[in-house]
Amino acid sequence: MPYTADKPKPKESSEQLRARIPGWGVDLDPKDRPSVPRERTDLATGAHWEFPERQEEKVPRERSVEHKFLTPVFGTSAPPAGLSGALRKVAYRYSEGRAAHWLILLAADRINAWESRLASFISLHPDNPVTESGVLSEFSGHGFRSRFGRKRADLAHQWIDPAVAAGPWILACAAVVAIARKLRRHKA
Amino acid sequence: MKAMVYRGPYRVRVEEKDIPKLEHPNDAIVRVSLAAICGSDLHLYHGMMPDTRVGMTFGHEFVGTVHEVGSSVQNLKPGDRVMVPFNIFCGSCYFCSRGLYSNCHNVNANATAVGGIYGYSHTCGGYDGGQSEYVRVPFADVGPSLIPEWMEEEDAVLLTDAVATGYFGAQLGDISEGDTVVVFGAGPVGLFAAKSSWLMGAGRVIVIDHLEYRLEKARSFAHAETYNFVEYDDIVVHMKKITDYLGADVAIDAVGAEADGNFTQHVTSSQLKLQGGSPVALNWAIDSVRKGGTVSVMGAYGPMFSAVKFGDAVNKGLTLRMNQCPVKRQWPRLFEHVRNGYLKPNDIVTHRIPLEHIAEGYHMFSAKLDGIIKPLIVPSPS
Repeated sequence: MPYTADKPKPKESSEQLRARIPGWGVDLDPKDRPSVPRERTDLATGAHWEFPERQEEKVPRERSVEHKFLTPVFGTSAPPAGLSGALRKVAYRYSEGRAAHWLILLAADRINAWESRLASFISLHPDNPVTESGVLSEFSGHGFRSRFGRKRADLAHQWIDPAVAAGPWILACAAVVAIARKLRRHKA
Repeated sequence: MKAMVYRGPYRVRVEEKDIPKLEHPNDAIVRVSLAAICGSDLHLYHGMMPDTRVGMTFGHEFVGTVHEVGSSVQNLKPGDRVMVPFNIFCGSCYFCSRGLYSNCHNVNANATAVGGIYGYSHTCGGYDGGQSEYVRVPFADVGPSLIPEWMEEEDAVLLTDAVATGYFGAQLGDISEGDTVVVFGAGPVGLFAAKSSWLMGAGRVIVIDHLEYRLEKARSFAHAETYNFVEYDDIVVHMKKITDYLGADVAIDAVGAEADGNFTQHVTSSQLKLQGGSPVALNWAIDSVRKGGTVSVMGAYGPMFSAVKFGDAVNKGLTLRMNQCPVKRQWPRLFEHVRNGYLKPNDIVTHRIPLEHIAEGYHMFSAKLDGIIKPLIVPSPS
């Protein structure tokens, strides 16, 4: 009865749950929970420095303006390059509190994908939309069967996927054709 | 070496890359023996996480053998079998010295709002991840732990994130004896959150999802009561009905930003990337918990703004608790639970995929084909 002070009773008592579920209640006491209390200063971390030695900055490394200086350790996965890299450097002029920071980064991500896709065509390892999309697992992972009677996670947006995947290619081809026609007319 | 490489939204491939080098005296290079794809890798795969650059290698769940160590490494040596928490942390900054390892201030040059994570975009530091044959492990004296002799490697790899995060989510719920706990999401983290809720004395554990095979796992593996939200006109009203019209004492969001949203949310988040994913599960958690209850969030959210029903949280007097899991802090207790048989991590592994076939692995996991719950990635022996 939710309109009185009584707390609803669980269907099973603690004793029944302890008998049915392995380990029920072993961490009932919050003291047995490793993140209680939230902040503890008595944990040994293995650090044998007060401030870590600093990693060498071999190429200029972008950093958040919210940091006083470049952190002593940083990742070196993919330094900014090309148009997307220039955009990313612009994004890092803004703090993480500004929408501009994140929106420019997301735009740079899309440009980065296109840059690399185009660059791959002049490389020895061109992009392969069939193998890279993993779509072959539709055959090995019961993809056909999963479309009927069972809910696939991607069913909700499958109607728009072909347009999203093929749309930019169609637009790019149309632009090339339009430019070629214009040039031919210009020559004639 | 062979490594998974990101090529843009919904596209990955395996490439030859240089074996990573020691960049800092406390680095180690680890030869990966087992990795996993995490549900939160799908945020990267879908292009939702800002500053995910082409050429990056994903993978923040991995175990392996130490291949090389830097000059200041004291606790590890080549040949040691190690498990590496998904957080990269220094152990000595303001936050680490208070046990907040996931909030380390010394490892992420790109942002202050999040710590360092292996293979998780430049927003999380720009480190390559472990879906490869070798990986650079910074602060090797701080992050990794030796895998106990008695522990299976598959259990160890799940302890680097999924198990620890699920357990942490239950802790954030501040569960008291007899509490009703509702977990949104029956993926690996949700399953372990449900299982861990019992360890903390819950009186009733409910799991909500839309995939029947995952709900079956929640029933058999996590002893949970389950509901498929697709079958209900309004899952929030149903939750109220089954909790005597009060709501659950604790709601755990183990979904994150990519819950199936309505059309507007789908367009603004998935397509236009104007918000950090649709926060449907979080809003259901806020609506389903009782007044004065606790909402625990360890589903992954990006840094972009999301349309969260904050007013309801205020008006209901809720406690909202959230963080990335400080994994290594959980390990001693979790090791005991695994050894005692209270948690059996590799029970949820459904697929073991060779690194060469990782693109298929991502597609299957993203589309939820073939009853997939947790895929492991196995680099080929060489």
